[in-house]
Amino acid sequence: MARKLLLTHIDVPGIQSFEVYRQKGGYRAVEKALKTMSPDDVVEEVKKSGLRGRGGAGFPTGMKWSFLAKPEGVPRYLVCNGDESEPGTFKDRFLMTHIPHALVEGMIVSSYALGANTSYIYIRGEMMPQIRIVEKAIAEAKAAGFLGKNILGSGYDLEIHVQPGGGAYICGEETALLESLEGKRGNPRIKPPFPAVSGLYGCPTVVNNVESIAATVPIVNDGGEEYAKIGIERSTGTKLISASGNLVRPGVYEIEMGLPMEEFIYSDEYCGGIANGKRLKAVVAGGSSVPILPTNLALKTAKGESRLMTYESLADGGFVTGTAMGSGGFVAFDEDQCIVRNTLNFTRFYHHESCGQCSPCREGTGWMEKVLHKIEYGQASLSDVDLLWDIQQKIDGHTICPLGDASAWPVASAIRHFRDEFEWHILHPEEAQTRNFGLAHYADPLVTT
Amino acid sequence: MAEEEVKFKVTIDGIPVDVAPGTTILNAARQIGGDIVPPAMCYYSKLEGSGGKCRTCLVKVSKGSEKDPRPMPKLVASCRTTVMDGMEVQNITSPDVLEARKGVVEMLLINHPLDCPICDQAGECKLQDLSYEHGVADTRYEFERRTFERIDIGDKIQLHMNRCILCYRCVYVANQLTEGREHGVIHRGDHSEISTFIENALDSDFIGNVIDVCPVGALTDKTFRFKNRVWFTKPVDAHRDCPTCSGKVTLWYKGEEVLRVTGRKDEYNEVEDFICNTCRFDTKQTSDWVLEEPTPVEKESVITANHYAEFNPPPVIKENPALQVANAEQLARTEKLK
Amino acid sequence: MIVEFSDELLAKFAEVVARYPQGRQKSALLPVLHLVQAEYGWLSVDAMDKVAAYLDIRPIEVYEVATFYTMFFLQPQGKYMLEVCRTGPCCLVGAERIMKHIEQRLGVKEGEVTADGLFSWRGVECVAACGFGPVLQIGPEYTFYENLTEESVDNLINELKQKSQQG
Repeated sequence: MARKLLLTHIDVPGIQSFEVYRQKGGYRAVEKALKTMSPDDVVEEVKKSGLRGRGGAGFPTGMKWSFLAKPEGVPRYLVCNGDESEPGTFKDRFLMTHIPHALVEGMIVSSYALGANTSYIYIRGEMMPQIRIVEKAIAEAKAAGFLGKNILGSGYDLEIHVQPGGGAYICGEETALLESLEGKRGNPRIKPPFPAVSGLYGCPTVVNNVESIAATVPIVNDGGEEYAKIGIERSTGTKLISASGNLVRPGVYEIEMGLPMEEFIYSDEYCGGIANGKRLKAVVAGGSSVPILPTNLALKTAKGESRLMTYESLADGGFVTGTAMGSGGFVAFDEDQCIVRNTLNFTRFYHHESCGQCSPCREGTGWMEKVLHKIEYGQASLSDVDLLWDIQQKIDGHTICPLGDASAWPVASAIRHFRDEFEWHILHPEEAQTRNFGLAHYADPLVTT
Repeated sequence: MAEEEVKFKVTIDGIPVDVAPGTTILNAARQIGGDIVPPAMCYYSKLEGSGGKCRTCLVKVSKGSEKDPRPMPKLVASCRTTVMDGMEVQNITSPDVLEARKGVVEMLLINHPLDCPICDQAGECKLQDLSYEHGVADTRYEFERRTFERIDIGDKIQLHMNRCILCYRCVYVANQLTEGREHGVIHRGDHSEISTFIENALDSDFIGNVIDVCPVGALTDKTFRFKNRVWFTKPVDAHRDCPTCSGKVTLWYKGEEVLRVTGRKDEYNEVEDFICNTCRFDTKQTSDWVLEEPTPVEKESVITANHYAEFNPPPVIKENPALQVANAEQLARTEKLK
Repeated sequence: MIVEFSDELLAKFAEVVARYPQGRQKSALLPVLHLVQAEYGWLSVDAMDKVAAYLDIRPIEVYEVATFYTMFFLQPQGKYMLEVCRTGPCCLVGAERIMKHIEQRLGVKEGEVTADGLFSWRGVECVAACGFGPVLQIGPEYTFYENLTEESVDNLINELKQKSQQG
């Protein structure tokens, strides 16, 4: 069995509650940090652990923390990003539902490390049940003396509040999230300045993903070096993978970094293979915005090496033959799935979620959707594929925030790897219009397993 | 003795300039002047926080600074990126920048109505200029354009949302020059629109400035509506003793008649001073004003009327010895293309 | 719709405002709008204006926010708003089929209200439950229904009908 750090006690009945969580060793990290470590010691352990942001960008958490400006007399904030909205990703919802105290404990340890006395957990508004659960966990922790004034007699004060979102994918972008938390539209800010210098209310702020925050608990308990022993190269520790699509057992799995993707898909310990005895056609390995890969490139890199679930291995080959870890939203497509239809769906998503602030994203995402719609419904000509390619290039890298890039990459990779399907739709308009949902037997192009 | 001022040395398209720390790339370029100045549709130096949105001013930073010479990985918005000492920037000497800008212009145009013949902004529209310089002749957008109802916001200002490029300048005007903002951006994505949401008149002494800052014909002066094309009117600088604002304006004459009053605009289309509504809308007799001199107008401007011969320069360098030396390579390539 | 916030609701507002530093009461806007919507089912202009007055901000600041976020309704909806996830992973496992079924079963198009005022439905973007799709949620508490089939949707609709008859 693989080691688990976050979901160790997931099957323990009542682990949602403070008592059971505490019995299972919960809040030891708070005791250890506040009683025996300085804030800088905690930062140091997180640096040593090699933990990288679990929200998508994979930026080293310890380094992000060390960038936090500390001007005299100005409050600092820790804001937890629980706006989980990336299609294919549902690990944070899972973690908050089942082990809310892991998040609360992580928040206390992390806030202590950063010297924040007020911290916010921004949870997307649709997760009202999780908001209630986390609020309850905070109240329990406070009643037990782990929050409030002079925690455990250490002289450290902390309050944690939950903030609901209002329904906007863009608020997962950290500066849009801060705007939203200030009661504004979720328009990403123009950087610099970065939140570490000027974030919430213009004060130095760190924004971390739910899973990153929870991961600080085992790091403090066992030490950063111990955490870094798990994994390969610069991909340390464990990662929650949200598995969905045409799998025998979709769900949230905690894996050790470095697990071969093939094992993750087919082993009975994890997803148990492709549902209904079908074959695998394609994989989106890190949430909808990372490049989609056909099976051959998903399971093996272009060099023929086994593709591992690490930041480095997934990115091997760049965006030409590789993809990215992203947020760990793993979507499997069986042989019947239509890549054009899925690309249209994802593009509609980005069009719907664009904040509309900057021109390439505001106008380009809608344009791509319209062109894709034409292709999917058999009204396009072959030059539309080139047009689509050109539009995504005009968006990629030219926008205020990464949503523009995120809208361009799925389109680029779908055309790159599945161009024949796009062409089929254009050359066979009748079949494309009359076929049933999801039927795409015609292509089955690159399945070589 | 004052301490010696610290200056950062920046090079833009091969031309060096020394600027104060904190200066943006765009403003450094404006200090050099000429063709290497990136276009700006949303940035407005007199409106705090503006810029960064339209993406027309994207440039390439080929050298970050003397200390850290690595190039920046992406094109950056020059209006919101401050210079570092030793920074090297490419604007019109970078094919990547020109290609990206062409894309941005195309994006701005796909939903923009081609109603220039009936638009009061025609002739002084920054989007028109930009499309001439960077656009392509044909549209590749074959879908229905987004449309909105035309609405009056107050009795003097008309909002023509179809034309809006969402630069947010008018929102900053309302935030920074008036007591209480009544309009803003509602909805999101490509449904975003400038609106008061409920029918509401914009009513504040300085709200008329939204007309001057609007880079396109989305907010226009109803007192001037359809009166005349701007290139048939003659701008004259004038002032008056105004209790509310500086009273320094430009009067736009047709014959003896003042057709409209605006703030005095510089070469980047920014006003020198924001003027009040009384000066703008209600003071249209020559006798109200002390005339100064005809407003200096750029040679290429359509406002000099019918000087179309050199109106459409390609986005490369014209006569300017320093530029030509700095960009010899680029020029040679352009020559070859001809 | 003209509203008057009850003392109970105002007390909840005050609790929310206390979470932020002095002078940052605008931060309470989203949570307060959620509270108002939970009370009245949607956000009328009058309700938004009163929220603006309560938080001491301009009404337009409330309209800007309410129109940006998809969870806020600016017109009345059915008592039960069925929100089905329509994004990629859910579509791989039949979300489009479920939406079609709901449309036929309720006899109203997306965004419309049934004649009895009980139901509305709409497709929403990814709700972060991809492994349990197709899924739907019902506000204001966003109760969650997973691994939907045509049959389970029928049962749910019947249950809700019964519940509203009893209540």
